[in-house]
Amino acid sequence: MAKKVRIPTPLRKLTNNEEIVEVQAGTIGEAIAELQSRYPGIKERLVDEQGEVRRFVNVYVNEEDIRFLKNQQTPLKDGDEISIIPAIAGG
Amino acid sequence: MRALKCRECGREYPLTATHVCEFDFGPLEVVYDYDRIRKSLTRPAIQSRPKSMWRYRELLPVIQGPTVGLQVGFTPLIKADRLAKRLGIRELWIKNDTVNYPSLSFKDRVVSVALSRARELGFDTVACASTGNLANSVAANAAAAGFKAYVFIPADLEQGKILNSLIYGANVVGIRGHYDEVNRLCAEIAGKFGWAFVNVNMRPYYAEGSKSMGYEIIEQLDWTVPKHTVVCMASGSLLTKIHKSYQELIKLGLASKVEYRIYGAQATGCSPISTAQKNGLDFFKPVKPNTIAKSLAIGTPADGFYALKTMKETGGAADDITDDEIRDAIRLLAETEGIFAETAGGVTVGVAKKLIASGKIPHDDSAVLCITGNGLKTLDAVDGHVGRPREIKPSLREFEALVANEDRSAKS
Repeated sequence: MAKKVRIPTPLRKLTNNEEIVEVQAGTIGEAIAELQSRYPGIKERLVDEQGEVRRFVNVYVNEEDIRFLKNQQTPLKDGDEISIIPAIAGG
Repeated sequence: MRALKCRECGREYPLTATHVCEFDFGPLEVVYDYDRIRKSLTRPAIQSRPKSMWRYRELLPVIQGPTVGLQVGFTPLIKADRLAKRLGIRELWIKNDTVNYPSLSFKDRVVSVALSRARELGFDTVACASTGNLANSVAANAAAAGFKAYVFIPADLEQGKILNSLIYGANVVGIRGHYDEVNRLCAEIAGKFGWAFVNVNMRPYYAEGSKSMGYEIIEQLDWTVPKHTVVCMASGSLLTKIHKSYQELIKLGLASKVEYRIYGAQATGCSPISTAQKNGLDFFKPVKPNTIAKSLAIGTPADGFYALKTMKETGGAADDITDDEIRDAIRLLAETEGIFAETAGGVTVGVAKKLIASGKIPHDDSAVLCITGNGLKTLDAVDGHVGRPREIKPSLREFEALVANEDRSAKS
């Protein structure tokens, strides 16, 4: 079984409108690299020049923010769901 | 308004229901034609208009004028002498949005803009992710304007805030999780359902509504920008928009250019922005909220970065207070000025007290506190902390005994 990545609307132009993409990666960092190899250009949307996840991008593994886990080193196991979500205003 | 523009990279987008830059996920912001606005937005023009936030309509992002929330805003600015004395400052003002129309919080400002714009863009359903006040406002304004409404809130919100959304007939969905989780879900829902999510795809328009609070403060201070302004922070958006409102009125020549500082207030149980500010950082670390100030309980504040930048640029500062200090501050505001604020208002007053005591806001200056929501909505927070009424029989003798007893305990 693979891991599922939910692609947010602003990035779907890059994934041929695919909403869910499956990856085999073992960590978040590897998942981003794997996405990049299949959908060139997607990596620079997610990480900055220093290789850090952009400050307005939130990445979640099974609904937990990776900043509460191990950031890009967060390990992935089969069946995990990864969400990429832009920051939202208050409420 | 002319376009939407990414605050990070400057790419421009058309004026549709969209909120993030496709390139770097930066937030989109409305761009105005200030040269054109300058011609019609004069002091006499503003003063001849009805007393609502819409008297500054050229600076609010609707094309054909407002259709929702025409009576919102222009809340009182109170000279708070009794509170000033207690906080040890020469002059103090309270911008009192506890009485904003119709849902008793500053959120009516942003919702009136978001729904007016939603109508222009042809939506029939509006929605929001909310810590409570926004849900109340979307529910109320949507009912009055004839929109269908979905509001998403953390399931454990104060009872008052839940009932205050249900009463208007909105579809209220409680999410078992904190606001950041509600937010994440709503981002996914917004991507799937074609609704006007006021703080997701309508955010560039929505957020601009907060500026009206700052315009009103300046006008009510006889076109003077206050030297010190204290604002509570959840996502940090209001703080950045107050700053923008001051900059705009200065740019348009409606207020004179002066130095001013903007200060941010948080609850210690959810203080990612104030912690970063106190540590001199320009980025924050997300937290899991745990505070009675539920309306401020956003652990991943979307505008935290810009709030930090605003405080740094203006020379302001941030601080945070505990739940007990929040209750004390709610009481202090009520006992000195007769204003019953919700928990967020307690946060603002309590942090102002700290900032004055530490000298960050000088004693001999004047400050404005932005009080954003009404205490009747968060009764749970003070229940059990404000004493109880004393019960007696309907007998004069019993009342006299009660008074005599009190006199004795006052003397001892």
